[in-house]
Amino acid sequence: MLPNAPEDLSRIIETLYRSESGRILATLVRLLGDLDLAEEAMHEAFAAALETWPQTGLPDKLRPWLISAGRFKAIDVMRRRRRFDDAQSDLALRLEARINEAPQEEEIEDDRLRLIFTCCHPALPPEGQVALTLREVCGLTTEEIARAFLVTPATLAQRIVRAKAIIRDKAIPYQVPALLELSARLGAVLQVVYLVFNAGYSTEATGAVLSREAIRLGRLLLDVPGADLLREPEVMGLLGLMLLQESRRAARSSAEGELILLDRQDRSLWNRDQIAEGIALTENALRSRRFGAYTLQAAIAAIHAEASSAVSTDWRQITLLYDRLIRIQPSPVVELNRAVAIAMYEGPEQGLSLIDDLLAREELAGYHLAHSARADLCRRLGRFSEARASYEKALSLARQDARHEPERRFLLGRIEELK
Amino acid sequence: MKYICLGYYEPAKHAGMTEDERNAMFDECFEYDDHLRANGHWGGGEALQPSETALTLYWKNGKVATTDGPYTETKEQLGGILVLEARDMNHAIQLMAQHPAVKYGSIFEIRPSGDLNEMMKASQERRRKLTAR
Repeated sequence: MLPNAPEDLSRIIETLYRSESGRILATLVRLLGDLDLAEEAMHEAFAAALETWPQTGLPDKLRPWLISAGRFKAIDVMRRRRRFDDAQSDLALRLEARINEAPQEEEIEDDRLRLIFTCCHPALPPEGQVALTLREVCGLTTEEIARAFLVTPATLAQRIVRAKAIIRDKAIPYQVPALLELSARLGAVLQVVYLVFNAGYSTEATGAVLSREAIRLGRLLLDVPGADLLREPEVMGLLGLMLLQESRRAARSSAEGELILLDRQDRSLWNRDQIAEGIALTENALRSRRFGAYTLQAAIAAIHAEASSAVSTDWRQITLLYDRLIRIQPSPVVELNRAVAIAMYEGPEQGLSLIDDLLAREELAGYHLAHSARADLCRRLGRFSEARASYEKALSLARQDARHEPERRFLLGRIEELK
Repeated sequence: MKYICLGYYEPAKHAGMTEDERNAMFDECFEYDDHLRANGHWGGGEALQPSETALTLYWKNGKVATTDGPYTETKEQLGGILVLEARDMNHAIQLMAQHPAVKYGSIFEIRPSGDLNEMMKASQERRRKLTAR
């Protein structure tokens, strides 16, 4: 191939980094058995590409070139370290002996799966699992992740350093767990994906990044050739749930960034492709009859997605699904959602009395959404001063950070309307 | 992205080394610097002369004032700065964790470089308006 203009090349290499660094890193981790070494080798390989490709033109196969360059760079690193640390010399020799084995395409996809299981290992603290997965598997930078989670880069960098230290100290292997423990370990992986997605549910631009990465991870779990073992209904259910929630992103806020609730959303803005795919996945998962909480939540989201308006939504069906969800995953937040659904088809009084019972139990007394749900029902019943008091309570409980800003503005708006 | 690494060291510790030990340390450090250069991570660096050579300048009672010595006096002294090119903060940590100076007791404070482009643009705009008036 002809050499490209340098600026084109650096753009190509940047795009390549976005799309391929996760795969290349995962393969290097398997070959080298060391996350830090693999990362360094990968960075050096990309640096080598920036330097070499302007002279030689693009190689025929980009990914194998980078993996091979990464292996040579790793040997350099090992040689350098070997002089200070004899224990490293064995590994360096082994690497040199295997340098010419080209990894197979299938192996490369499986490598990513191995790396996800390592990053989501239960020995790591949950925040470490999330940070490590986003950086090592999704290829986000420390700074991007820190921005999305509203912490400083230094704080996030340390979570990653600590998580890596645990992997090293406990010698956590880079492998998909054996069948016996697969189900429990898969649960931990799904939870990380769900945490990432939830953190991205806000309407800001940084949220969109996290949702996109969570959906990408969900697809990866389903699509990897070696992931047959993972064809668990809940993997489909989670991906379905995320697609259905994400389908409403464009309708969830106005051009000015104001929050728009479900009943006032312009449903023509909902993403029909995501809805169709989400519903198909959810139906598949439901058919298995071995589904769990993610699939049930996806089924609820699917009913919303299929309705032409809030009024014509099948709220009875939604209530039944919440009943099942409460049985397998009891939680006051699920009960709150069920109360709101009941209010939609039995009437606001019934919903209100359920919410008041819930608030009396005190678990949700400090949860701002419980008070704003109560306020909404009071408003619909014409009990305006009570409604205003509950909106004010909700506002006083809502967190005061950038992510909750649209919610706070929404509550303030409602309070104004009721004055 | 650029990361500024401020390297601190204890002069007393270095003074206690033999010449051979000191040379071995310098050789290792310079070799690692070469490695950083060869791989595009070196964005520049300068060693600093001892803190006794420092002069500190500030504003006091409507005038510029100066004193001898560094701005803050600690057991550790700022020995040099290194500008590192790295993909992100963790990459910078990884590169500096392997710097031989760390093994010899140096401490690195790593800080992302600040992007003043927006501030500079806004300032230029303010100054342009001022002269246009």
